[in-house]
Amino acid sequence: MKYIDEFNDPVLARRLFDEIARITTRPWAIMEVCGGQTHSIIRNGIDQLLPEEVELIHGPGCPVCVTPLGVIDKALAIAARPDVIFCSFGDMLRVPGSERDLFQIKSEGGDVRVVYSPLDAVRIAEENPDRQVVFFAIGFETTAPPNAMSVKLARDRGLTNFSVLVSHVLVPPAIEAIVGSPTNRVDGFLAAGHVCSVMGSWQYGPLVERHRIPIVVTGFEPLDVLEGIRRVVAQLEEGRAELENAYERVVRPEGNVPAQAMIGEVFETCDRQWRGIGEIPMSGWRLAPAFRDFDAEYRFDVGSINTEESGLCRAGEVLQGLIKPNECEAFGRECTPRNPLGATMVSAEGACAAYYQYRRLEGPTEVGVSVG
Amino acid sequence: MATVDFSGIRKEICLAYLPDVEVGDYTIVHVGFAISKLDEESALETLAMFKELGILEEELGVESTEVGGTAS
Repeated sequence: MKYIDEFNDPVLARRLFDEIARITTRPWAIMEVCGGQTHSIIRNGIDQLLPEEVELIHGPGCPVCVTPLGVIDKALAIAARPDVIFCSFGDMLRVPGSERDLFQIKSEGGDVRVVYSPLDAVRIAEENPDRQVVFFAIGFETTAPPNAMSVKLARDRGLTNFSVLVSHVLVPPAIEAIVGSPTNRVDGFLAAGHVCSVMGSWQYGPLVERHRIPIVVTGFEPLDVLEGIRRVVAQLEEGRAELENAYERVVRPEGNVPAQAMIGEVFETCDRQWRGIGEIPMSGWRLAPAFRDFDAEYRFDVGSINTEESGLCRAGEVLQGLIKPNECEAFGRECTPRNPLGATMVSAEGACAAYYQYRRLEGPTEVGVSVG
Repeated sequence: MATVDFSGIRKEICLAYLPDVEVGDYTIVHVGFAISKLDEESALETLAMFKELGILEEELGVESTEVGGTAS
């Protein structure tokens, strides 16, 4: 496909690998924030072909993975109601709640539907005026404009049977939390290209200045990821800390202005719990007061919910980049995509799912020996 | 709404956030919404830059990079 195949070219990839090897003199740890990039890295074996000194740490940029357990349990309680049609992106269905997941609700008779777009949920609400239609509005900044549009459309069309369960998360406060942590060992970041295509790259300038850390806006194809890594390594080797854009064909400094305006109208910033990580101040969006009528948390009283995580799962450490997925004792044994203990094993953007899917089943020590 | 062709798969996509996009443009689509127009000129510039990477070292014999086939 045009402008995708070209950025998968193995000959050019070799050139980028050689250039990274040429400029690397010391160990560096680089975090790719986005789970889409994690999958690109593991699928293409990029981490194994880099010089030994360059370590990639997988970040928390998997929206399904960080959606807090309390919200999942609320979703399950709402989806189980007989008057509700519960609409969600597909990879939320197998995310484990405290006791069940959305698939189980569906198998027990709940009307749980997978939608491609939040607009599909609005259409379902129009087609089912006697049912309550709830859309599970999760995601990072990229998904917020579509989700906001569904609420706006529902209000404009006078739909009284549509609401959203919102759990939006934001990248810059997460980077702030990672850099500020006493256990941080990240030297530079690949910022998530599609988040930046909506929000612009300008948001990351203050982080670069405050923490003297390189941030490079990066795309998702193998050559994009390699170019992002090359630029971060070049900055680190030269003692620079700058904001760069290695995904210029898609990301403009100002981002998508109409999308940002819609976000500003429909959402407001709030503190947010991140599953496996904890609360990060001002790291989320919830519905603005003007749209409270469309908030499923207000519409449905689900009572108090006691959450309980699996005792075996180490997803929190994976999400913080403290361990690699295959260092978890449950990885590939008690925990598989079919029976996930944590959300990182479920999602198309989860690091554990990437390691499982591309057969990184052994611990990193063994991998290092066989490759190096 | 507009029809977007993904290598043969066609979908109806909302253009509310990309009102200036024209027929024939490439766009990034996320959950049914076009969010960014692909800048073809910038894409070609980036690819041209990759093609030049390491050429100097090769000519000087600094590095023995194996290059199979042409970079098309």
